Amino acid sequence: MTLGVSFNQLSEEEKMQHFLDRINAGEKIEPDDWMPDDYRLQLIRLISMHGISEIMGALPEKEWVPKAPSLHRKLAIMAKVQDEMGHGQLLLRVAEDLMAPLGKTRHDIMEDLFSGKLKFHNVFHMDAPTWGDAGIIAWLVDGAAIISQSMMLDSSYGPYARALKRICAEEVFHAQHGESIILAMAEGSPEQRQMLQDALNRWWESLIMFFGPKSAKETGNSNADKNIMYKIRTKTNEDLRQEFFTKYIPRIWSLGLTIPDDTIRFDEETQMWIYKDADWSKFKQIVSGNGPQSQNRLDLRRRSYKNNEWVREALAAKKAI
Amino acid sequence: MTQETLKPQEKAALIELLYQMGDDDFILSFRGSEWLGLAPHIEEDVAFSSISQDMMGHANLYYRLLEGLGEGEADRIAHLRTPDQFRNAIILEEVNGPGTYLKEPEYDWAFAVVRNYFYAVHKQIRLDSLRHSSYEPLAEAARKIMTEQYYHLMHWEVWFKQLMTSTEEAIGRMNAAIEKVWKDFGGVLTLGPSYADIVKANFIDDEAVMKKRWTNKMEAVLKEVGAAYPGEPRMERGNGRNGVHTDDLKQALSTLSEVYATNPATGW
Repeated sequence: MTLGVSFNQLSEEEKMQHFLDRINAGEKIEPDDWMPDDYRLQLIRLISMHGISEIMGALPEKEWVPKAPSLHRKLAIMAKVQDEMGHGQLLLRVAEDLMAPLGKTRHDIMEDLFSGKLKFHNVFHMDAPTWGDAGIIAWLVDGAAIISQSMMLDSSYGPYARALKRICAEEVFHAQHGESIILAMAEGSPEQRQMLQDALNRWWESLIMFFGPKSAKETGNSNADKNIMYKIRTKTNEDLRQEFFTKYIPRIWSLGLTIPDDTIRFDEETQMWIYKDADWSKFKQIVSGNGPQSQNRLDLRRRSYKNNEWVREALAAKKAI
Repeated sequence: MTQETLKPQEKAALIELLYQMGDDDFILSFRGSEWLGLAPHIEEDVAFSSISQDMMGHANLYYRLLEGLGEGEADRIAHLRTPDQFRNAIILEEVNGPGTYLKEPEYDWAFAVVRNYFYAVHKQIRLDSLRHSSYEPLAEAARKIMTEQYYHLMHWEVWFKQLMTSTEEAIGRMNAAIEKVWKDFGGVLTLGPSYADIVKANFIDDEAVMKKRWTNKMEAVLKEVGAAYPGEPRMERGNGRNGVHTDDLKQALSTLSEVYATNPATGW
């Protein structure tokens, strides 16, 4: 039997087996290839959430764009938020291709965001009240993003892997931009140091939450496990969190900052970090749209979508001509 | 001319010109950055934020030239002057619409397109002239800026023409925006009270010549999209080149300098 010629005559089970053989052999799945519905749905869920998080993630930093405390910092943070928006666009294009056979478009993504059906990352629901927060976001939130996205660079879905390659390259610059803000403040006045410490205190639990809960039993959600089977991702949430600790805790300490968790330590025996876990019921509340800034930021998006309806109509009419 | 060969009167005139152009870009870039996340679609958010970033870079170039002329550090120039020391045109400081960029922004895309397009057309004319400026560092800066400005102008021209030739609602909104911008756009077209000295030193072309180039272009473009030419562009709220400004500038500057002003002496 030559595949390609008679692929359509295969049973669903045989197609599935063929698909799994391909991803197990390290092949990339492309948009027009056959894929199980479940795989498609997992990708849509993951990539639209990732894309919309990039877009919503520009909003807390946007608050600090005009306020950035020098021309140099203004230029750097403008470049950064523009990148984030660009990542959002890139990812939504990938999600749109996957959604097309289901008859869905970007409009549906936006509607799902507004209705709360499509969630975005917990960190982007939080307050960013000082310039210190802008620094912590760029340094540690982007640092955490690099860790979780790097794991998917070898994702079985080709377009996602390729988009991530570009995104990760830019995120490295963002983390450096963040680190530079942090260093300037850490070496600055006592007020600046305090501002930085306060921001770290505010963000620590969100950073623990960033990687998601430890295992399926805490959430009843097995998406992460499923994504590992499909080779969309390769590591568990806890693997990633531990990696983050190993990379950043020594750096945080070396700046003379205190981590707001007095139980945190590296356990030589298990080679794991012991830490105070996040309050996952709070996490659920936050990502369900009940974080301190969830509704404000959603309101910005909803409002602009409504205010610009006439522009979308004008562009659509133009196309029809 | 170089920094060393400038006569005092020429230097004073050059400084005025640099403040005008630097402040124009600085303030309009700020208004652009307020739009982030609120543009009509995500592709536009990416493009517009790139343009705002470029313009902030242009302001920075002008401020660095001022720094070289003894006006103090560029960061102080940007963050510590009082509103009456700013030389931007009033139409560029106007808010994007009701609300703020953080709360309940009811921003007007037609106003954004018209203001940015009209400004980009004039900026192009200004830069074309500056390429031959007698002050070599300025000519060099202009050549650098032009490589980016080319795309900005193209971007806003596409928006302008598309919206001016689409739905009735879009055309109505665009015409209202043209009317609004026209009332104060004269402020962009002037070189202010130091006009004679600026032109005499050949830093830039005569304002009347540049204004004519702008009105000619506008007449042609408006005709192309079937809109009426509104006549002489006005300066109804005064001349920003004289340091006359509205409360919108005061609000903009307090946001722009909020963090820097807490401790200008420290590193950020």
